[in-house]
Amino acid sequence: MTTCYKPAIPFYARRRALVTSCYKVTVALIVALLAIAAAGCGGEDTPNEVVLVTHDSFAISPAVTKEFERVTGLQLRILKTGDAGEVVTKAALTAGNPQGDVLFGVDNTLLSRALGADVFEPYESELLERVDPQYVLDPEHRVTPIDHGEVCLNYDKAWFVERGLDPPSTMEEVTLPRYRDLLVVENAATSTPGLAFLLATIARYGDLWQGYWRKLRANGVLVVDGWEEAYTVRFSGSAGTGSRPIVVSYASSPPAEVIFRDPRPSTAPTGVIEDSCFRQIELAGVLRGARNEKGARKFVDFMLSKSFQEDIPLAMFVFPVNRDAKLPPEFVKYAVIPERPLELAPDEIEANREGWVKEWTEIVIR
Amino acid sequence: MDRDRHSLSERVWRVATYAVPLGFLALFFAYPLLSILERGLTVAPFDVLTDPLTRDVVWFTFWQALASTALTFAIGLPAAYVLGRYEFPGRSVVRALVVVPFVLPTVVVALAFIAVLPTDLERGWVAILVGHAFFNVAVVVLIVGTFWAGLDRRVSEAAATLGAGPWRSFREVTLPLLAPALAAAASIVFLFSFTSFGIVLILGGPAYSTIEAEIYNQAVRIFDLRAAAVLSLVQLLCVGLAVWIALKLEAVLGAARGSQPERDVLRRPGTRREWGAVAGSLAALAAFLGIPLAVLVERSVSIGDGFSLAAYRALSDPTTALLATPWEAVWNSVTYAGAATAIAVVVGGLAAFAVAGSRGPRVLDLLLMLPLGASAVMLGFGFVIAFDSAPIDFRAAPWIVPVAQALVAIPFVVRIVAPTLKAIDERQREAAAVLGATPARVRREIDLPIAGRALAVAAGFAFAISLGEFGATVFLARPDAPTLPVAIFRFLSRPGELNAAQAYALAVVLMGLTAISVFVVGQVRVRRSGWL
Repeated sequence: MTTCYKPAIPFYARRRALVTSCYKVTVALIVALLAIAAAGCGGEDTPNEVVLVTHDSFAISPAVTKEFERVTGLQLRILKTGDAGEVVTKAALTAGNPQGDVLFGVDNTLLSRALGADVFEPYESELLERVDPQYVLDPEHRVTPIDHGEVCLNYDKAWFVERGLDPPSTMEEVTLPRYRDLLVVENAATSTPGLAFLLATIARYGDLWQGYWRKLRANGVLVVDGWEEAYTVRFSGSAGTGSRPIVVSYASSPPAEVIFRDPRPSTAPTGVIEDSCFRQIELAGVLRGARNEKGARKFVDFMLSKSFQEDIPLAMFVFPVNRDAKLPPEFVKYAVIPERPLELAPDEIEANREGWVKEWTEIVIR
Repeated sequence: MDRDRHSLSERVWRVATYAVPLGFLALFFAYPLLSILERGLTVAPFDVLTDPLTRDVVWFTFWQALASTALTFAIGLPAAYVLGRYEFPGRSVVRALVVVPFVLPTVVVALAFIAVLPTDLERGWVAILVGHAFFNVAVVVLIVGTFWAGLDRRVSEAAATLGAGPWRSFREVTLPLLAPALAAAASIVFLFSFTSFGIVLILGGPAYSTIEAEIYNQAVRIFDLRAAAVLSLVQLLCVGLAVWIALKLEAVLGAARGSQPERDVLRRPGTRREWGAVAGSLAALAAFLGIPLAVLVERSVSIGDGFSLAAYRALSDPTTALLATPWEAVWNSVTYAGAATAIAVVVGGLAAFAVAGSRGPRVLDLLLMLPLGASAVMLGFGFVIAFDSAPIDFRAAPWIVPVAQALVAIPFVVRIVAPTLKAIDERQREAAAVLGATPARVRREIDLPIAGRALAVAAGFAFAISLGEFGATVFLARPDAPTLPVAIFRFLSRPGELNAAQAYALAVVLMGLTAISVFVVGQVRVRRSGWL
């Protein structure tokens, strides 16, 4: 094989601005690494700051943050560490030396895991008296309820009107032949609302829940990975042009469909099958080993206060637990708060979750 | 000149090319990963290993990654050839556009694919392979294309003169010369497909799973850290083995010689047939990459039944979904990505010199690739427990985000730059030394100008990777400052038409930002000095 040899002609030393000496680069790098290490050392905690550890879906209006900072004189720093499952896992891994002062976002499906890992320091807020006792899940007050939201079957009103078909009014009806191939649900193994709907069927049918899912499968249920795919792509009633008019989503989805449409429709384009709703309660707690425990308690109080509670619906699309909090008009008009949602005890969920999900996978997917 | 000073600075340089990358890996990769594995590996792991489910998942992960790599090459090689041999109008634009799919969040792309694929193909292993090819084709086009552009054209011309037909000349001359780049691209595509899980879960449907998806499931959903740790080790082992095989293949096949600055190599297509080849392979690539991207654009402007730019107008409105305006998220992304690129280019560039200069075993080479194959979720947890107290406290260190991004970008820098450095004709260096150039000057005047092109491509890639937030950063804490991919997820996970449109609009912004930044970086030319 021939290799071409190109005679090297000596350099007419013309230095190029872009070509920096490798030696200089090395020195600069070492200096940079030292600076990084120094920066790491410099990070002592500031007592006038409270760090909230929470999930990606946490939201708060700027005015409400400012109110907290004005009233307490504390700076609020928000650390989002993934979805609720990741937040709780990280909190468990760092129990005793937590990433922040107060955690928000553990729900009834994850509560036992967090309590089992001894993540929280008990704190009983005085404002709890304004909260319906049904939301208080831990008698020792290691966690405080902040909001509740319901996972329910939603349906596309227009789809049913166009076909002259009545939408199903109960979850049992969804198994009827006339609703064949209409339902899309999320994978219970990978999605939070997917798991919640599985729990709804267990709460409703008890030991017979497997039979319900066999019927759903026979009736052409479509299982997809997550809420985003189910709701925005497969479902016919929202942004996508999907073919399925029934989907597992939230009780607060109809008002969102009004608020985030341009122009706003006069009635909600989607409806909720109330009898299918499973209640999720989100809780907050002071983290054990918090650097600013006092500040953490103040933030728990603040989360129960009227201003934060009234901010919740439009910021996070869930419902406040404080009785005094007024709902925004869109929620009064378009949202459904199911009167008797399905529920399961956190201990029961924790003890059986893995087995249930495995069995569900066998029935619906394999 | 003072000889002693040279040898001292030469020694410092030598040590730095090894110590900086190894130190970086040890501190930000090995230490956190070992911390979390140690937490998980308490009891003997045999039950996890013998579980038939584990076996199925490992087998599926392996073959889908292999098949994905093959498909990616089939689609990417013609374009790599065109970019590596021909100069034509818009060449640098093509190079920039090809990176766009690579940075998009998997969820967004998967959703676009569902809209494009025919109904009977939209779920299952075919969809998985097509999805992986869509994402990774940039790796093949850029790594192989860039390297190809540095190969001396006269070698294959000589082969032709000696009577070899085009196929024989390709097989016996070009292929061995390309081997380092082919091996580099193949191992990166394989690793990305091997550790993929967003694409697999969405496009495969619930019946498919990869090791990475199982790790996530065990660690986060079931909270079985032990099983997660065992599976992470299995994954790391598979990945190590795959990289080792790729490196071996590269050594066996490779006969790299005679790297040239690309302007000596590229020429305009001459004949009609050559123009046809250029146009044909680019058009095929454009169709493959363009259709899903067009769906994203279409989704961002269709609200209700008509066309509307409302989603774009809303990008400057503050929203509770982000605690900031979407444009601020764009700016945050650019800042983080800039920092990550700087780290990756310096650390990866040094490592490339070490890899290219070593004749011995390729341990460093292998080690540098491992972060691509490690479980991102476990590495994220590792960061949390390893850096929880002074001197490196995760809570007080926003720079840890670019560091984690750089971890994923460094292997790219090494794999893009090292083959080019290695292929530089040693006689050029020797001639320079004979003429009295110090080693540092040889590097400056010979190595850097020739590798400069590759370094610029690598920097562009590193920036794109960081913009797209690969790997562990997704699982790291994100402080108050949301980034572009985070913003896309936030909008996508809220009900309501406008939110979905805004998610797609941000994806379009990410596409534009990527294309522009890769294009601009591509324009930076480190000119060679002196010799002609």
